[in-house]
Amino acid sequence: MEGLKVSDANLVVCVHPSKGHRVSEAVLRELSSHLFQFSEIFDGVLLAYDVNIVEKNAKILPGIHPYFGVRLKAKLLLFSPEPNMLLEARVVKLTPESIHVIVLGFASAVIIDEDIREEFDYRTKNGKEVYCSKVHRRHVIKVGTMIRFLVKSLDKEVLHICGSLKPSNTGSIHWLDKDFEEISLIDRSGTKRERENEMKMQEHTVVGEEEISLGNGQIKKSKKRRLIEES
Amino acid sequence: MGVELANERAGFLEMEDVNFTDNELVYHVRTALKSVSLGDSESYDELIGVMHHRERLSPDEVALLVTCLKALSGTVSCIDVVHHESLLSSIFGMSMWNYGPEVMDALVDLIISLQAASSGKYVDSCLDMLIRNFVPPYSYLALLKQPRGLSRKDQVLSRVHSALESIGHLVPLAPMRLLSLVVQRMPRQYDNEAVIMTYVENMFKLESGSMGQLVGSTMLTAVVDRLLDLDLEIGWEDILQEDSSKGIFEMELEDLEEDEEDWNDEGGELPGKHLSRNSLRGNIIAEKLDSLLVLTFEYLESCQGRGRLLEVFETLLHSFRITVLNAYKSKFSQFVMFYACALDPENCGVRFARMLLDIFVCHDHPPNTRMSAVAYLASYLSRGKFLSTSYITTMLKRLVDWCLDYCKVQDEDVNPLAHRVFYAGCQAIMYVLCFRMWSMMSIPRLKSQLFLMPIETILKHKSDPLKVCLPSVVGEFLKQARAARLFTVSKTSISDDILETELSRAFGGLERLDTFFPFDPCLLKKSDRFIRPNFIFWSMVKTTYDDDEDEDEDAEGSSDEDGEESVDGAVENRGDGMATSFDERDIDMEEFDYALNKMSITPKQSSMYRFGSGLDELVRMPSRIRPSTSPESL
Repeated sequence: MEGLKVSDANLVVCVHPSKGHRVSEAVLRELSSHLFQFSEIFDGVLLAYDVNIVEKNAKILPGIHPYFGVRLKAKLLLFSPEPNMLLEARVVKLTPESIHVIVLGFASAVIIDEDIREEFDYRTKNGKEVYCSKVHRRHVIKVGTMIRFLVKSLDKEVLHICGSLKPSNTGSIHWLDKDFEEISLIDRSGTKRERENEMKMQEHTVVGEEEISLGNGQIKKSKKRRLIEES
Repeated sequence: MGVELANERAGFLEMEDVNFTDNELVYHVRTALKSVSLGDSESYDELIGVMHHRERLSPDEVALLVTCLKALSGTVSCIDVVHHESLLSSIFGMSMWNYGPEVMDALVDLIISLQAASSGKYVDSCLDMLIRNFVPPYSYLALLKQPRGLSRKDQVLSRVHSALESIGHLVPLAPMRLLSLVVQRMPRQYDNEAVIMTYVENMFKLESGSMGQLVGSTMLTAVVDRLLDLDLEIGWEDILQEDSSKGIFEMELEDLEEDEEDWNDEGGELPGKHLSRNSLRGNIIAEKLDSLLVLTFEYLESCQGRGRLLEVFETLLHSFRITVLNAYKSKFSQFVMFYACALDPENCGVRFARMLLDIFVCHDHPPNTRMSAVAYLASYLSRGKFLSTSYITTMLKRLVDWCLDYCKVQDEDVNPLAHRVFYAGCQAIMYVLCFRMWSMMSIPRLKSQLFLMPIETILKHKSDPLKVCLPSVVGEFLKQARAARLFTVSKTSISDDILETELSRAFGGLERLDTFFPFDPCLLKKSDRFIRPNFIFWSMVKTTYDDDEDEDEDAEGSSDEDGEESVDGAVENRGDGMATSFDERDIDMEEFDYALNKMSITPKQSSMYRFGSGLDELVRMPSRIRPSTSPESL
């Protein structure tokens, strides 16, 4: 799945003097307050962090309250979906007009009927709603299926994604990973190349390095971020 | 869904005499929506017209409305925030309370699909709409007490909450937004009582629902905050007379008593006579607070029933520590903690006392917080009927140990300000002993523990806590200590009327934390029935001395005798506002109350509950509860 990256960050967390006797707790609290929210500072949603306090000494920052800046190194797991990325998600609800999915267990996404390719038909089988492919009978999307979809747009504030099932390399992951391979071997169609490209994309790991200051939501300084492609 | 729609449409068809299938209907609405952006809004306006049918709908209108709502659910992706603003506002403006179950269902479906299908644009509006449905429209409030209103309430609320849950299921981050909205929308203390109550009921529902883990703690904290707001709104001046010449203890007692009488009168008479002193607004607020407390107590009970009291208690404890503890002389809110402790003394009860003591002994906290904590602790240990004597002794021991350590380090003379935390600790020790000395003395193991505590060393320290602490507490304590031979006290030091001096006034600071006993009897009418069975009133306390003979009485000897004639003794002494009674081990209070109800004991009994005007004798507790009303004040 695209959109996930691990960043090494050099952070300065401003700790309020009243929290002076429990610095590590205060640092964790500050970082936790950024979890599952889109943060401009990180340019993504913070999913997890692993933090190391670098120095025992902290600089007292000038201002009305003598906050002190604790320097730390952190590994951050960030989720930054962008349009045209391929994401994976679990289906939670199907209606004739839409497919509702949840990405990584927290971000909701919806694919409306206009963005579902013609191939798929909404049906009710034994009282359960399904989307079946007219072309490949075994390609079925039900509640609970993991699907791969394309990001159309994203509302950063509420972390709501609009997706699309138009491209042929989208749909049920189970089917795409097994049957799609076989079929495309037979078909020798262009889709195989697309698939390979996609696989390559996924192998890229993005490593960012940044110095960001947290606390009170103010950014002190932010260094350029380098994206290094490992492969 | 298709079948349902077909049925609904049947009604619709007869009336309109047109034939539509599900899809055609959806298509029709979709066209109507799309044509707005092209400038043709005829059918769109028609649609909005249908949404505005509110009052007394005929079956046809209901069917039409349901059909429209269902068709809209199928076309949510076509609804545009700019072009269809009026449609959206009429959807969000609908109140489920005005409609029957079919419309409610269709509306809920629409809201769910609207918020899920839109790209996050309507999450807040949808949640907000559901939250607004927590409470009925103003015109509906009076109906809430009738069976019809109640069944409508169940219908609406069950749908609102299941809608919130399914939104939470589709949008996992929705609870996060829900939190702030619920708290924002929470009625203020001046709002109608029924509104506050219904809203808080909903908050409790959220707390216990499937989203509880995510939103529960915020809900509880917000409820406690609102309790505190109401509490602070009442103000001591509403309870007390503005007569500063009297000592604060007597002042409280006399007026509390009058106040109670006023309260009892309220039912029958116009409140004119006490309006001047005790403003009506204060009483209305107090009634709201009372009802809200009852609701909270009932909720705690239900939590206990479901085995999650401890979990809820942790949240309460946290919110207590950050708000109630530091609120200036909170009067009633703290009883939430008291009742939770009473429901589960082994866990919650112990945890509460430990937390208070930890705050008191920890130097990181500001002195006022520590003094407040120890005042809570003292009052709690004294009043909690559910606490075992041995546990109280353990806590007392820790308190004494801390004070002893303090004495060892400090070597200064009387200084009310500098040693205020210490004095507060000493006063707490004495206060607890006023209530519990007798029961400690009657268990040999605890008695020896008590005698081993270096209480004398502490109280006779150079900083002289006996001179500084509240005279009424000191006086009562010395009296009991002497009778129990806990330590040697010269008789003069007791019988000399200990007057409130500058010193004793000073250590509590301007806030008079020295006179703060948080768990003094709760004066609220309805919540009293929850607190009363778990509460030790001063009139129930058995002292180590015998009041009739007053002096030279062996503590243990007298206690045995008292045990035998406790009921009569209690009765007479209550009449005098005195402090002797029976212990729960001799006669259980419940049995006693039962006996009282059955009028099986002497008629004199009724005089002790004279505040009940002899009718509902157990409604009011005796207010002469404090040591200060011991002989010197009478």
